[in-house]
Amino acid sequence: MGVSAARGGRTVLRDVDLVIELGSTALLGPSGAGKSTLLRLLNRLAEPESGMVRFRGEDVRKLDVLDLRRQACLVPQLPALLAASVTDNVRHGPRLAGRRPDVARFLELAGLARSYAGRDARRLSVGEQQRVMLARALALEPRVLLLDEPTSALDEDTSAGIERTLWDLQERLEVSTVMVTHDRGLAARLSTRVVQVRDGRVHTAGAPVS
Amino acid sequence: MSLELDISLVEVAASLVLVALAVALSFVRRVELERDLGIAVVRSFVQLTAVGYVIQAIFDSDSLWLVALLLAVMVGFGAFTARGRARGVPGALPVLFVALAGAAVVTLGLVLALQIFEPTPRYLVPVGGMVIGNAMTAAAVSLNRLGDEMRGQAPEIEATLALGATARQAAAGLVRRSLRSGLIPLVDSTKTTGVVFFPGTMVGMLVAGADPLDAVRLQLILLWTLLGSVALSAVVATTLGYRRFFTESHQLRELPSEG
Repeated sequence: MGVSAARGGRTVLRDVDLVIELGSTALLGPSGAGKSTLLRLLNRLAEPESGMVRFRGEDVRKLDVLDLRRQACLVPQLPALLAASVTDNVRHGPRLAGRRPDVARFLELAGLARSYAGRDARRLSVGEQQRVMLARALALEPRVLLLDEPTSALDEDTSAGIERTLWDLQERLEVSTVMVTHDRGLAARLSTRVVQVRDGRVHTAGAPVS
Repeated sequence: MSLELDISLVEVAASLVLVALAVALSFVRRVELERDLGIAVVRSFVQLTAVGYVIQAIFDSDSLWLVALLLAVMVGFGAFTARGRARGVPGALPVLFVALAGAAVVTLGLVLALQIFEPTPRYLVPVGGMVIGNAMTAAAVSLNRLGDEMRGQAPEIEATLALGATARQAAAGLVRRSLRSGLIPLVDSTKTTGVVFFPGTMVGMLVAGADPLDAVRLQLILLWTLLGSVALSAVVATTLGYRRFFTESHQLRELPSEG
């Protein structure tokens, strides 16, 4: 509510009022519009200069921040994996919370065959790494997945594959998604609700354009 | 252990011939370090002569308060000097100050408690100086690496924070690497000591006419003491240093551009 935020000394969000409901939401806009900052406010990787961010009705500042990030888990735009096996990467998040995930299940959900489990994560292609990033976020069993430009670093075919995987996830899991993208088509295909972000302001909120 | 040694200024001046050789080589090979060599010679002469008088005065007064004051000044200068190399770490000065002071106090405290040296200026001043000097280098190298790593690994760190890791968990790997890089130079030189090079204290004692085995024993005490103090200093510097990059809420701070 009334959220403003700055990044690199520049105000990137101005007095934003936005309610994100359960389901799939896209934050659509050109680069530099403040979409990623908006996403990072939701899991409190960033702090607003003014205003309040709520998660399930509660001021995020009153929540346990580590727990918040497990419930609203961010998949960053570029893969940033540990120099370890795919399995170790998928286990990483749950292990921090003292849990042991079913690695094979999350690999499968992210569209990776079991044979990937023992491979060196950093030697995979960018598309495969992005899937490992997705699997390791899913392994936390979050309520909300925060997807930052999930396909922008990928070629057309790989991008279409990831899109299918994200579509399947929404069908199979009870997980809400908030996806940042500059791709109008992707937003329309994957989201039931599209929010336009431009120059740090939220312009329209409504059903997909197509 | 009383040694008689009389070195005149003529002998000191004679060693300048080797500096002249270095200047000549620099000139011939166009290394352009002639000016720096000159500054180095003048500064080393002025600084060491001044500190020689200061130490003489402290020895004459036999005051432990003056020893403490001298060591405090060294810690201050050491922290300022190391900050130059630790620019990548925001607010490095107080971190370095605590690291150097902590290393000096704990190391000298242990050395005295274990009765390795007597609590007199003759031991505390030179040993304290070595401890602080080596602690400074280790802390500076560690923080330098920490700053580089934090910048280079920012996306990975933030991705780990996004999985619900604490700042400490997210930074653990690179804190460990920074710590190692601060410790390795002294560990390596301690490994090769006596084979590849003779450390300064031993050389000094041998030249001054001490029994070689006495020289070796003192050198060992100093090397081992330094290992402890360097480890302390680097651990304190990295442990306090990495926190400068995070907020209380386990957020990565935005880093100002380096400089």
